[in-house]
Amino acid sequence: MGHTAAALAFDVERVRADFPILSRQILCKRLVYLDNAASAQKPQAVLDAVRHFYAEESSNVHRGVHYLSTVATKAYEGARDRIREWIGARDRGEVVFTRGTTESINLVAQSFLRPRVREGDEVLTTHMEHHSNIVPWQILAEQTGCRLVVAPIDDRGELQRDEFERRITARTRLVSVVHVSNALGTVNPVREICAAARARGIPVLIDGAQAMPHQRVDVGALGCDFYAFSGHKLYGPTGIGVLYGRRELLDAMPPWQGGGDMISNVTFEKTTWNELPYKFEAGTPHVAGAIGLGAAVDYLRALDLGAAAEHEADVLAYATARLAEVKGLRLIGTAREKIGVVSFVLEGVHPHDIGTILDQEGIAIRVGHHCAQPVMQRFKVPATARASFAFYNTREEVDALVHGLARVRELFPQ
Amino acid sequence: MSDLRELYQQLILDHNRSPKNFRTLEEPTGHADGHNPLCGDRVTVYVRLEGDLVADVSFLGEGCAISKASASLMTQALKGKTLAQAQDLLAKFVAMVTTDAPPDEALGKLAVFKGVCEFPMRVKCATLAWHTLEAALKP
Repeated sequence: MGHTAAALAFDVERVRADFPILSRQILCKRLVYLDNAASAQKPQAVLDAVRHFYAEESSNVHRGVHYLSTVATKAYEGARDRIREWIGARDRGEVVFTRGTTESINLVAQSFLRPRVREGDEVLTTHMEHHSNIVPWQILAEQTGCRLVVAPIDDRGELQRDEFERRITARTRLVSVVHVSNALGTVNPVREICAAARARGIPVLIDGAQAMPHQRVDVGALGCDFYAFSGHKLYGPTGIGVLYGRRELLDAMPPWQGGGDMISNVTFEKTTWNELPYKFEAGTPHVAGAIGLGAAVDYLRALDLGAAAEHEADVLAYATARLAEVKGLRLIGTAREKIGVVSFVLEGVHPHDIGTILDQEGIAIRVGHHCAQPVMQRFKVPATARASFAFYNTREEVDALVHGLARVRELFPQ
Repeated sequence: MSDLRELYQQLILDHNRSPKNFRTLEEPTGHADGHNPLCGDRVTVYVRLEGDLVADVSFLGEGCAISKASASLMTQALKGKTLAQAQDLLAKFVAMVTTDAPPDEALGKLAVFKGVCEFPMRVKCATLAWHTLEAALKP
């Protein structure tokens, strides 16, 4: 397998130098970080932006007339503007800061859908979802009597499109689907899913947590109504995320938390809500997090994301090929369109033991059910080992992984 | 590799490969299910008490080498012990894998799990069967 021209044009060593943690050692070994789907590392620019805020601009936003508050507000709202532009939202009111994907989905469940569903209504999702796109709907089902309907996936880990469309019924009130599966790496045909739902007047929420780190997503071109993602998987800080929502829908939704900053006028008799997006941002927001996320988006904008994606696809293809040579290894998730993830099980060795042994080699992977237990049940495994990639990973790191698996075999001979 | 050999001692690897008392019990006086949601390990522990004695104890389930071997060696250690002795072993085992103190002599072969205390993320694997036993012994 040869390196493609674009992959060669992408200077991965220069990019790696932007991420300070990648040069640290773990147990006297160079860190091989292959757990990007759990949380990606942060470039120096993000660390600098967060530090600069706390060192030079720290204060509350939207409140003070003093200098620092003005500067902080400008930085916070500036981050929103740059994120709006990056995801192709029409106006800044459509970009709501949340704690992350999970909170974004819960917001849609409670504020958008709860007032709109009755007993017997349906939320359509897939068998490859993260718990964050299952449990909020189960809570809603408890509250309202609505039902969660699940479209099946095939043995490759691909959504069964005909089965999915068959499940769109007159009772479907929302379609909520993951863009890229965190456990399998499957890329869903979200544009077609949005079109199919929209043709029947059904709103669509896309869980974009695993898609955003690998490509530029244009919410307008996708045709979705809501798009949720997390900052920390997008090379930004933890504790910050985004809910994109179409203005018409957000406008019609009640706030979901009450408090400061989300109101326009409060008396004990009646309170009126603030305008978008502040209606959904009760309390002091994670200002530093938003600024850090804005810096992450700036970093991605400056990167040649097309070349980065090609490099990453090359590393994924290389990993898939190398792992296929490992005796007794079975890949879980072999969709034709995949991004960033190789999940696998090794005959005779529990993933937890694989994780501990690789850790001693300085290799960080995720083992377990990846907050996607229904996926594990579908493939009849209790857990998998998962290596997940970012554009800063290399073929050499894949070699280290394969070498580490040989150490696993030394301890657990077949 | 030395730390790993501390953790994955031969006795542990042997019990992982061929666990003892890996079966159900007929007419158990108690049984309980244990689950480690973090990694998906599941274990069911069965006990048959005769008066104050642990007459038989067994387990079923799936999990990593540490959790399986721990369950297997636990069943061997408990057979024929009194309830009070079983509770005492449980406390001593948990103390061994969660503190730096040397293993208590009463633990015998179970001392092979001492290496677990160097791997905090694996403590739950080693103690899963023991905590499940505790539930199974409850009247």
